[in-house]
Amino acid sequence: MTTKKAVSPKGPAQGSNTAPTVDELIKFYKDMLLIRRFEERAGQLYGMGLIGGFCHLYIGQEAVVVGLQACANPGDTVVTSYRDHGHMLACGMDPKGVMAELTGRAAGYSKGKGGSMHMFSREKGFFGGHGIVAAQVPIGTGLAFAHKYKNDGGLSMAYMGDGAFNQGQVYESLNMASLWQLPVLYVVENNKYGMGTSVERSSASTDLASRGDAYNVKTMAVDGMDVMAVREAGIEAVEHIRAGKGPVLMEAKTYRYRGHSMSDPAKYRTKEELQKMRTEHDPIDHLRQTLIAMKALDDEGFKALDRDIKDLVMAAAEFAQAAPEPDPSELWTDIVVAA
Amino acid sequence: MALDILMPALSPTMTEGKLSKWLVKEGDQVSSGTILAEIETDKATMELECVDEGRIGRLLIEEGTEGVPVKQAIATLLGEGESAPSTKAPASKPASPAKPAKAAAPAKAALQAPTVATSPTGETQYSTWKTQTVRQALRDAMAEEMRRDPNVFLMGEEVATYQGAYKISQGLLEEFGENRVVDTPITEHGFAGLGVGAAFGGLVPIVEFMTFNFAMQAIDHIINSAAKTLYMSGGQMGCPIVFRGPNGAAARVAAQHSQCYASWYAHVPGLKVVAPWSAADAKGLLKSAIRDPNPVIFLEHEILYGQSFPVPDTTDFLLPIGQAKVERPGKDVTIVAFSIMVGKALEAAEKLAEEGIDAEVINLRSIRPLDTATIITSIEKTNRCVTCEEGWAFSGIGSEIAAIIMEQAFDHLDAPVTRVAGKDVPMPYAANLEALAMPQVADIIEAAKTVCYR
Ligand SMILES: Cc1ncc(C[n+]2csc(CCOP(=O)(O)OP(=O)(O)O)c2C)c(N)n1
Ligand SMILES: [Mg+2]
Repeated sequence: MTTKKAVSPKGPAQGSNTAPTVDELIKFYKDMLLIRRFEERAGQLYGMGLIGGFCHLYIGQEAVVVGLQACANPGDTVVTSYRDHGHMLACGMDPKGVMAELTGRAAGYSKGKGGSMHMFSREKGFFGGHGIVAAQVPIGTGLAFAHKYKNDGGLSMAYMGDGAFNQGQVYESLNMASLWQLPVLYVVENNKYGMGTSVERSSASTDLASRGDAYNVKTMAVDGMDVMAVREAGIEAVEHIRAGKGPVLMEAKTYRYRGHSMSDPAKYRTKEELQKMRTEHDPIDHLRQTLIAMKALDDEGFKALDRDIKDLVMAAAEFAQAAPEPDPSELWTDIVVAA
Repeated sequence: MALDILMPALSPTMTEGKLSKWLVKEGDQVSSGTILAEIETDKATMELECVDEGRIGRLLIEEGTEGVPVKQAIATLLGEGESAPSTKAPASKPASPAKPAKAAAPAKAALQAPTVATSPTGETQYSTWKTQTVRQALRDAMAEEMRRDPNVFLMGEEVATYQGAYKISQGLLEEFGENRVVDTPITEHGFAGLGVGAAFGGLVPIVEFMTFNFAMQAIDHIINSAAKTLYMSGGQMGCPIVFRGPNGAAARVAAQHSQCYASWYAHVPGLKVVAPWSAADAKGLLKSAIRDPNPVIFLEHEILYGQSFPVPDTTDFLLPIGQAKVERPGKDVTIVAFSIMVGKALEAAEKLAEEGIDAEVINLRSIRPLDTATIITSIEKTNRCVTCEEGWAFSGIGSEIAAIIMEQAFDHLDAPVTRVAGKDVPMPYAANLEALAMPQVADIIEAAKTVCYR
């Protein structure tokens, strides 16, 4: 984590007018914990055969989306890949609706027709959930085009993986976004691997953010395991974009603890590497230590919060198991909109 | 309350596995993230992580056991203050999740998009007409719709300053400005995806491909992003977008610039596919396509751009997508065509008339949804059918029509349906070979005679 910013153990950098309040820090903690517990539960439901197909967990990467969504306004739009559960929760989507989609039930966000990789909520500004690696990048660019066209003050956030970052359409998008000064924040969640291929084996230059230079795009790199650093970078990026200065490309260096999807034994990395990230760079532990040092929460406070999150996730899991499957007639709906 | 820890499914296909190694023992305190065991699946050895907090009660399956079924209890987890029963508990049957009822097959799987009953085809009601080229009709359609709806915009290569590679967007930049008539870099994959995103974001993009040959670079966004997302979002993510441009063979531009994509796009639920022939088709269908809340593939033809036809002289002229038009009534044989082949079919019909064969010519106008009712009604009258298309016969539109006729009007057929199509070769450059590869009027005449046994 070469870009790691020093955060004083007593709290976030003082004197910065963008420093988060204690309440905000507690909210980040809760949001990250919700994602972690939700994903652990999803993994368990997968093991029980209640979730099928591909299921990509976000465990380890929580600080990226929580830190950046803290910088978003209502009306902004978000797209990401198939590793999307964390993004949906961070956008304020209901854990019950997300979990019910994972189990393929009518109460899911896509009525059970999309599954883990394809979920949407117009209401929350979440535009998917896309299963084709990097397809969300031009789509997010198009959402930015719409923000600019309508002059609605909104911006688009387009998340992608390090593997996706080698797709040609990413560069087509960077070029157009810069050419037309579109309000878009591109976030590369560099978790070091695209399935089993490390960044070193897939990318001729591992300084991913620098690729934005070729398109006259503002670039940033941030420690994606540190929610406060991510949020601070996010504020800078969003200010730049909202000022009409064009797109920003941000590389967030992060790590996924689980396999690529549920069936990945993760043979391409060492146990030591994983263990080191977990014990030394865990984003939730890190914030917990900060909160303890700040005396923001005592033991009881943490316990109560953990319990609340656990209950929320349990309720989602129970809901998702009890909810009925879609009616067979749903097979034939939502194919085209009646003109 | 003690919880059962179950044998997990660790891949989409796993039904059983080997519990190769326990990494905890009875009495161990565990929490979420603790690795409990190593499990060998059909593909690999994986670690089983604990989700809940507690103490391991009993290990119910010995390590090294093979063939442990998924969802079998393998251990128990005790909560605070609980103790394990002293004797080894029999492996309790895991509570199997309520098996949801199998989706009942719909009464009659309607594979085909709903058919549309044909009414007299739209334009007869108009009293004032003017003569226009297809090019002008397309331009007017876009201009009228852009005046009507400020969210409609045009993007593509050379559409603005250059006025269109084929001059379809002549004058639009001047009238609507550069925010609404947008020159793109040569980046089909990117701008098709950008268009889809803009449509999700509430705009109505018209995306021009310089020709549909280049849309192959963008086909992932057309199909995976534009066509499927409505379904995958349970109806939330409508995508009102038109992808338009010349399709099929121009002249002497050889294989990479001469393909018909009608059957490629017609294959896909979620898309509408339209192929105008006349200027009136072009005007009325493009206006409908722009107003349609779905992604519409609008297949034009370069050779037709300069041809003139009568067009109703009003901004209210719309043609419904999904309705074919009987261009020439006849009683002996039905010739079904679309795009440039309609003109060739009409020419063939004139020549056939001289030989005493009265051909009915159907202009499909819309390929998906397909107006099967008009086709079937015609077959019931003529009992014979010839299909015409520029594209290849294999898996082509003619093949689809032949299948539909067999399914819905088999007893009315007096002869096998015959396909006139492009020859099954990449389009050659040499003038003589090109002419041989393309379906010609003579081929239609010959096919019509064959099905009439003449
Ligand atoms: C176009 C395309 N190619 C391949 C795949 C299969 N695939 C799914 S995810 C993935 C790896 C992507 O890695 P990365 O972008 O780093 O994202 P991460 O999974 O690490 O979040 C691959 C190859 C796909 N879904 N789409
Ligand atoms: Mg990755």
